[in-house]
Parts: sequence; C-alpha cells; structure tokens
Amino acid sequence: MNTSNNLLYLILIPLLSSAILLLLGRKIDRYGHLIGTLASACSFVIAVVEFFAMKSRDVTQRAVTQKLFEWISVGDFKVDATLLLDQLSICFVLLITGVGTLIHIYSIAYMSHDRDRRRFFAYLNLFIAAMLLLVLGDSYLNLYVGWEGVGLASYLLIGFWNQKPEYATAAKKAFVANRIGDFGLSIAVMLMFANFGTVTFSGVANHAESASRSALTAIGLMLLLAACGKSAQFPLQSWLGDAMAGPTPVSALIHAATMVTAGVYLIARSNFIFDVAPTAQMMVMIIGAITLLFGAIVGMAKDDIKKALAASTMSQIGYMILATGLGPVGYAFAIMHLLTHGFFKAGMFLGAGSVMHGMHDEVNMRKYGGIGKFMPLTFVTFGLGYLAIIGVPPFAGFYSKDKIIETALNHEGSAGLIFGSLALIGAAITAFYMSRVMLMTFFGNERWTNRADEPHEAPFLMAAPMVVLALGSICTGFLFTRGESLVNWLRPVVNPAGEQHLVEHYSATSISIAAITAVLIGVAFAAIKYLKQVPNIAPDNVSVFTKFARKDLLQDEFNNAVLVKPGQSLVKTLLNFDYIVIDGLVRLVGALSLDAGQTLRKLQTGYVRSYALLMILGVTALIFTIWLVTL
Amino acid sequence: MLTTPSFEYLLLSPMLIILAAAVIGVLAEAFLDRNHLPVIQLFISVGAILLALIQIYRIKSSSSTSAAIGSVVIDKATIYLQGTILIIGLLALLLISDQEQFVAQASAIPGSREEQESTSKGSIQTEIYPLLSFALAGMMLFTCASDLITLFVALEVFSLPLYLLAGLSRRRRLLSQEAALKYFLLGAYSSAFFLFGAAFLYGISGSVYLVDISSAVSGGYGNDVFVLIGLIFISVGLLFKISAVPFHAWTPDVYQGAPTSVTAFMAAATKVAAFGAILRIFYVVFSPIANQWRPIISVIAIITMVFGSAVAIAQRDVKRMLAYSSIAHAGFILTAVLALNKSGLSAALFYLTTYGLSTLAAFGIITLIRDATGEVTDLNKWAGLGKKSPLIAGSFAFLLLSFAGIPLTSGFIGKFAIFSAAYETGNIAVVVFGVLSSALAAFFYIRVILLMFVAQSQNDSISIAIPSVKSRIAIGATTAATVILGLFPSLLLNITQSFSIFIK
Amino acid sequence: MNPYVPILAIGAIGFGFAVFSVAIAFITGPKRYNRAKADAYECGIEPSPSAAGGGRFPVKYFLTAMLFIVFDIEIVFLYPWAVTFDQLGLFGLVEMILFIATVFVAYTYVWRRGGLEWD
Repeated sequence: MNTSNNLLYLILIPLLSSAILLLLGRKIDRYGHLIGTLASACSFVIAVVEFFAMKSRDVTQRAVTQKLFEWISVGDFKVDATLLLDQLSICFVLLITGVGTLIHIYSIAYMSHDRDRRRFFAYLNLFIAAMLLLVLGDSYLNLYVGWEGVGLASYLLIGFWNQKPEYATAAKKAFVANRIGDFGLSIAVMLMFANFGTVTFSGVANHAESASRSALTAIGLMLLLAACGKSAQFPLQSWLGDAMAGPTPVSALIHAATMVTAGVYLIARSNFIFDVAPTAQMMVMIIGAITLLFGAIVGMAKDDIKKALAASTMSQIGYMILATGLGPVGYAFAIMHLLTHGFFKAGMFLGAGSVMHGMHDEVNMRKYGGIGKFMPLTFVTFGLGYLAIIGVPPFAGFYSKDKIIETALNHEGSAGLIFGSLALIGAAITAFYMSRVMLMTFFGNERWTNRADEPHEAPFLMAAPMVVLALGSICTGFLFTRGESLVNWLRPVVNPAGEQHLVEHYSATSISIAAITAVLIGVAFAAIKYLKQVPNIAPDNVSVFTKFARKDLLQDEFNNAVLVKPGQSLVKTLLNFDYIVIDGLVRLVGALSLDAGQTLRKLQTGYVRSYALLMILGVTALIFTIWLVTL
Repeated sequence: MLTTPSFEYLLLSPMLIILAAAVIGVLAEAFLDRNHLPVIQLFISVGAILLALIQIYRIKSSSSTSAAIGSVVIDKATIYLQGTILIIGLLALLLISDQEQFVAQASAIPGSREEQESTSKGSIQTEIYPLLSFALAGMMLFTCASDLITLFVALEVFSLPLYLLAGLSRRRRLLSQEAALKYFLLGAYSSAFFLFGAAFLYGISGSVYLVDISSAVSGGYGNDVFVLIGLIFISVGLLFKISAVPFHAWTPDVYQGAPTSVTAFMAAATKVAAFGAILRIFYVVFSPIANQWRPIISVIAIITMVFGSAVAIAQRDVKRMLAYSSIAHAGFILTAVLALNKSGLSAALFYLTTYGLSTLAAFGIITLIRDATGEVTDLNKWAGLGKKSPLIAGSFAFLLLSFAGIPLTSGFIGKFAIFSAAYETGNIAVVVFGVLSSALAAFFYIRVILLMFVAQSQNDSISIAIPSVKSRIAIGATTAATVILGLFPSLLLNITQSFSIFIK
Repeated sequence: MNPYVPILAIGAIGFGFAVFSVAIAFITGPKRYNRAKADAYECGIEPSPSAAGGGRFPVKYFLTAMLFIVFDIEIVFLYPWAVTFDQLGLFGLVEMILFIATVFVAYTYVWRRGGLEWD
C-alpha cells in the first residue's frame, strides 16, 4: 500500500492551532479567530490536494497510509498509530474540512459579540482535529481515540455558553448517552481483540470471514450501540435535541454535518462485519427505520426551530443507518445521503442561525412569520436546502433519498417492502414538518412582538457560507449520481465483491414517482394547516398524539425509568451496606450479649470496631471460600 | 559451627543509603540548630534519594538471591520497583517540604494555648523527613524481602512512620489524629493476621524462606489446608495495605485525615511496595497452587473494583473520592496478579508507576485549592474552578480522565495492558467486571470535571494558592508523565517488559 | 491424623490455662479490698478525669517505657552475639558496634530533645 507523509498535517494543523489559541489566551483575542479559520482552511487545501492525487492513481492504488509511531505493544498485541486515507475516508475528510471551514467563516460574524470567541474557535479546531483522527485511523483503537475526542470537543461546545444551567444539563445528557455508546465501542474493540487478535480494519476484515457467527453478531451489535450513541439513534437519541443549546454554528457542524454521522461511518467502515452477521444487519435496519420515523414525528410538533431541525437530523441519519443495513449495495447510498445531508442541513442550520441573529436570538417559530421579505438571502438559501431535504428533483436530497428508498424496496424478502414503505412514509412526514418550518418562519403573518426593529439580513461573512452550502444542496446529488460516480468511487472499500440486487422488484421510475407523490402529500397537508393564521402560542386543545410528540415521545421519562433510577438505587444500596449490614451486625452482637456490647462501646471510640469486624468477616468468608474450593 | 555471613553491599546500597539518611536525620534533629533544620533535612533526604537512584542505575542489570544471606533477593522486578518507589518518594518529598500543611508541634493538644504559641512562633516538626526516609527504606525492603521475617520487619518499618505522619495535619487536627489512631489499630490488627499466616507457612515447610516454602508448596503440600490458611492470612495482611475490599475500611478515613501530601505519598508509594510483595509471593511461592487461590483473589478483585467505583460516586469530599478510587485501582491491579505470566507482571509494573505518578499529581493539586480555613476538599465548593484557574482545573480534569482510563492517557494503557494480560490467561469474568466497573468509575470522574467546568460557582471564598517551586516541579513532572506515557506508552512499556522478572 | 486436631488441642490448652489461672487466683488468693485495688490501674498513679494537661497522662511514662524497650532489645541481641563471639570474629564485632551505635542514636534523640527531663 502506498504511504504518504502529509496525512499527519491534516490533523496536526488544527490541533496545533487549537493549542495555540488556548495557551496564548486573551493576548490573541483580536485575531485568534483568523488563526482558527486559517488552520481549518489549510487542512481543507491539503484534503483537496490529496483527493486529486488519489483520483489520478489507479483504482487499486488509491489508499495511502502513514505510520506515526508504535503506540501500544503489550505482549503479542501491537497497535501502531497509523493513519489511513482511502476512498471512504477522503469523502469524510473533504466534508469535515470543507463544511468546517465554511462554518469557521460564518462563526467569525456569528460570534463577533462574544467575549470568548477565541476559545470557541479553539474548541472548533479541536473538534476538526478529533473528527479527522476518527475518520483517518486505520484501526478501531485509533478510531476510538478520535471518537472520544469528538465527544470531548462536543461537550465543550454544547456547554460553551455554560452560564445557564439548562446548557450544562444538556452537556451532561449528551455525555451520558455518549458514554453508553462508547461503552459499546470499547466492548466491540475488546471482542475483536479477543477473537481476531488484531483491531486494524484490514486485519479484522481478513479474519471476519472465518470467525464464528455469534462473535460477529455480538461485535456488530456493540458497534451498532456505539453508532446509536454518537448518531442519536433510537434508543439513545434524547441528547440531540438538548444539544441545540450550544451556539448555532456548532449545531450546524457537529450536530448536522459531521459528528453525528460518525455512526454511519462506523457501520460503513465495518461493512466486512455486518455483511457476514445478518442478525446485526437486521438490527441496523430496524434501528434506522424506527429512528427515521421517530425523528420525523417529533419534528412535527417542535416549535423551536433548532429543535425541529435536530429532529429532522435524527430522522435523516435514520435513513442513512437504514441504508447501511441494506448490505453492500446500501453503503454507498448511505454515504451519498450523508454528504448531501451535510450540505443542505448545515446550510439550513446556518440559515436558522441567521434568522435567530436577525430576531434577537428568538428560537420559537410561533414568534416568527413573514420573515422572507426582510431576509431575502436567508430565505432563498434556506429554501434551497428545504427543497433538497424534502426530495424535490433535481435538488441533492432527491437523488440520495430516492436511492435509499429504491434500495430498501428492492431488498430481498418482505423486509424490503416493510422498510421501503416506512422510508416512503418518512419522506411524506419529512415534507410535512419541513414545510411547516418553512411556512411558519418565512411566510404567513408577522408574529414578532417588538415592531420597532424588524429582522435584518445577515452580514456578508455569514451570508457567503450559506450561499456556498445552498449551491451544494442544488448540485451535489446530480454530481454524485452522474455515471454512478460516487458508487464506483466507494466500491473498493464498501462493496469489494461488486454485489448488485438480484431482482428489481420495482422500477426506478415508479419508485421516484411514489416518492414525489409522498412529498407532495406532505407539502399539501402542511400548506393547508400553516398557510392560514398561526397562533403565536402553542394551542392546548391538540390530540394526544401531538402531546406525545411535543414531549419527545416520552424519551426522557423512558431514560429516567430505565437508566437513571436503577443506577441511583444501586449506589444507595452499596452505601447503606456499610451502615446497615456492618453496624447492624455490631448491634446484633451487642444485643446477643448486652453486657459485652456495653463494655465494647465504652472501650472503643469511633467505628474502628466496625472496620475490624468487617475484616474478620472477610477472613471468615475467605476461609469458607477456600474450603469450598478444596472440597 | 557458624559461618560468617556475607553481604553484597553494592546490591543493598540503595536501601542502606536511605536508612543511613534516616539515622543521620535523627541525629541532625538531636544536635543541629533548629532554625536551619528544614533546609538541612530536605538536603539530606533529597541527596540520599538521588544517591540511591544512582546506585539503582548502577545495579540495574544485576541479580542475586544471596545479597543478604538469602533474606533479600535482588532481581529485575525488585530494581524496577525500588526505582519507582524512590522516584515517587522524591516527588512526594517536594510536596511534603511545603511545610504549612503540618502541625507546628505534634505533641501539643489540639486547640490548646501551647499549640497556638508554637504555630505563631513558626516552629516546624522536621522529624517528617527522617520518618519519610524510614518509610521509604521499609518499602524498598518490602519489595525484595525473601523470607517471612524480613517481610514482616519491612512491613512494620514502613507502616509505623506512616501511622505517625498521618496524624500530623495542621488543620482539622482531631480528624487527623483520629485517622492516625484508626490506621494504627487496624494496621496492627492486619499485622497480626500476617504473622499468623507466617506461622502456618513455617509450620508446613519448616522454614521462613520463600524459596523453601515454594518447594514445600509444589512438593505435595499443595492441598494441605495449612498452606491455604497460611496463604489467606498472609494475603489479608498484604491486602490490607493495598486496601482491597473488605480490608479497605480504613482508607477513606485515613486519606481524608492525613495531611494531603502525606496522603499522596501513602496512596502512591504504599501501593507500589505492597503490590511488589504481593506479586512476588503469588508469582514465586504460590503459583503452583494457583487453581486453589485464583477464585478467592478473583472474588476480591471483583468486589474491590465494583465497590470502589460504585461508592466513589456518592462522595462529597475530593480526598475521600480519590480514596475510593484508589480502592478501585487496587482491584484493577489485583487482576494482574491473577494473570500469573510475564505480561501480567509487566502490566502491573506499568500500572503501578503511572497510577502512582497520577495520584501524586492529583493530591498535589488538592493542596493548592484553599480558602481561609485551609485546603478545601468539599466537592461542592470546587464548582466553577475551571473559570478561576483553567490550567489547574484542566490538569486535574486530565488526571481524572487518566484514572477513568480514557484513551490518550497513561491510565488507559495501564488498564488495557492489565485486562489483556488477564484475558489471555482466561480470567474472563474478572475482565468483564473490570471493564464494567471502569465504565462506572468514569461517571464519577466526569462528574467532578463537569462540576469544575460547567457548574456555577456558589461562593468565591476559595482561592488557588500560588504553588512554590518545589510543588510546581512535583505537580508538573507527574502531570507531564501522565500525558507523555499516555501518548507514547512504549517508552515505559519496553522498560517494564524487560524488568518483569522474578527470581527465586 | 486430622490436621485440625493439634489446633484444637492448642486452643483447648490455651483456654484451659486462662480459666485455670483466673480461677486459681480467685480461689487461693487473699482478698484484701482497699482503695488502690479499686483503681483502674494498680500502678500508683491515680486516674482522674481532669489530670494536668487536659485529661491526658503525661507522655513521660510512655517515653520511659519506650526507652526501656530500646535497651531491652539491645540486650536480646547482645546475648547471642556474646555466646558466639569466637566464631563470628571481627565481622561480628563490627556489626555489633554498628548495631549499638544505631540504637544509641535513638537514645541521643530522646536525650537531646528533652525526653529525659522529668519536669
């Protein structure tokens, strides 16, 4: 395999920049944001150079590696810190650095009033470095390091405005959900090590064919758990909505375009495991389908524009996860949807940020209305993103989502029909709630209260990235599907056998027509409901269904009952152990021989007696155990 | 007819140097001007440790079982452990020499007029230095003792000074004295168990030498109940020192009550020394009957890990929290004892070093967080520390991440090495519990981090003391070691691999 | 023979000895009650709730006892050395001098720090 010496710089430049911004402190407040933006742009340039270099090489020679150092060497187990850039990771690297740089530029204006803008850019750079490490690692252990790194950067960024307690709570919630996911990843890594003796992608891929079915299923399920945590999939989805407490550029970069898609990357990267573990693959499809509907339903009831977009992100990632579950044919379409989604969703978040910027940080859409004529540029860019996400041809989302629905419907067995239909229903709901967001924000009656200052258009530095991303929402879908360019590009990594669907149950045209019909139905419903007067406080006399959706389908209640309560009671029990059992035994001895107990109490102070008793009980237990063992 | 015993003084020289320094320190206390004593004592102790380290370097490739008529065995593992203890001792000494945590006059009654007088006079209890040297020498001997009597003497030589040091806190003296008394009483109790076990082992083998006991164990006495009872009682004495559950109860009280820099030393160095002895006894003497004791030690390791991690969650005091964390860590290292192979030993050596250094750093940082009444250990008051001093809070957060075993810290590599060694030898249940409890443990470490960086600070009374140069060196060096060994663990892993050899 | 039998025997002998000693003292000893007998410690020092210095016993007693132990141990080691003096030769002499010097250090410390001054 070819080697390259430039991969390290991709990560090192933003990492160094982050360190500089943090260490030099307030001294460089005036130009710190420029350093951060420049670092991200440098990485992007390197990524582009690497991309064209890769493109010019022969298909079999495209992947490059760079060994950094021997990282761990314990007994027979060796892990090198090695970076791997192949057809799959370059897609991510371009997305991360490209969209990342645009968001850096946007943040210069968006955060210009914040005292801690420099620190914000330091965290953004840290995030870019960690995310690049995640997608460039050549082993699961290296990936794990990046995985934890993006987690850290994301808590720092969610909690960036940590003056308010609810922001801190949001950071904590994200932390807990991610810990559960990370736990899955660490178990998966250990299982791989136990079964294959290696954790590199190539090593695991070589062993996967011959490994036992149950081990592969276990590894697959643990990887899926990890993906659920990071990508906000059911049942670990609850943190994403709360994570919207962070600054909007963060939501655009981390919670729409890059970090939350790491789960999709993980599954696509582990295709060699899922392809031979059908149970795990089925679970992937189920989780994806549940989440795409869950997110869409929650999205219908949200009045907070960012939370509505977050629910939509959850739902769109559900599509991607569903696609990865569809086997070798699905991976490329998952990645395609991921890339197009990276453009249009990031663009819409930036648009939402622009609206909030113009509306004095108001996020409630019931307080918006008729903004379109005050912020024409935001309206147009957001609108293009909207057309892309609901899947109107010829915008990006149409191509990528259509492909997923098509692949799902053509999947063998009744599963194909079920999941394909669910994806179609999801498309209709998506059209409904996105139209709702669009209509409530940019059309209809003006519902903001302070008439004195009307919304104003975003400054240039914010507008430019929005325009670029809007262009992406228009053309990427077309570019990726022209001559199946992306599918062919990714084939060596995700579908080396070159599998195709055996039978075409439904023709591509009929599926496109069905999808467009679903979208039109969704839009029509939204138009009927929201083109009239929208009340500026949420009405109470709504159906039970809406009430459930407003409460995020009771996800917090679920978490509380299943995760939080048992943990708390376990700790309480253990704590009481000392007081109840040990002291209780002391009291028991005292009660049995009251005089002795009294004397004991007089002679002894403190609780040394309990400690000593505990020790003697321990010794007794040990002797008893050894007696059992030798029996 | 007696023959004149012979000694290999070069191999014993590191211990002899430290012991000599302790004796000289006592003489200095007796004869020298008290105004100059702090400097002189610090000079003697630091000088002796440096000299001993040089000697350790000189003998780094030697080994001998007859350095002191069979009572002391110098092998690779001994040399590594002694070096580690000396380095930890040196760094702890730098923390301890910031005198103001110590009582001015130990014999004065807490709160008495006499105490106030000596405090305002600025007197200093410089006996701390010789006491520390005695403890160091005892620990070094503990790692290389190869007969039961020497082992016991070494145990007492390092324990007695620690009992005293624990009671010398300047503030909250009653708590400190209570801690010292508890530690002493329970320590004596556990010593009794140890001796009882030694008697049983002498009973079956007719010798106190580990080598003879080992051949008796493998030569058919293996299933004898006396061997197993002796094993259990000896283990109780040792498990007490590493604070394994259920012999852990003293740990939180003592860690909380003792002056923080002494706690740092106890937590770091005692673990190294005691695990040195445990590893030697189980690897050298009892490995032939591993099937008999593995279940016991597995159970202890599991409950230690789970109990330590779970109870730590509920702590409201930083020092108590770290105490429970050290209990959990003892469980992790016990897992390496179960492995009984070279990679297990190597992993244990690595873990002990990195854990010792991170612990020193963490306690060192605690000494810096103060308010009007002295150190602040109440966790609630640490809220918002990240705003006051990002560097200190950030370092502390990093150390906690290392304790939690998050990748890119030395703690991760240590846990990884230990668990993989235990896994290779089929101790799967222990590994599963280990991973589960380290996931559990991560919660409480992260809780503190969130508290420091995310929570609102409730009062502004706490301040961060400007560390002296000595504290800076100690905290800086140990934190840097945690970072470097996390990024480039091979630096140390290669050393521990080549030093993980026990000889009989 | 069952290995536990000797242990049981030792336990029984120990228990028997304790019971025997207490019982024989109780049966044969004269019973002359006086005030000193009723004290907690029959050592001539009257325990009182508020002794000089806040209810604590003067540390001097403990120091004296400790010093006694120091010299006690010295004798314990000197005696076997004296018995085998011929065989150990110069080595033994040097070691013993070192040993005595080290023990003496403890004595010096107590002496210099005022541990021997009674008041």
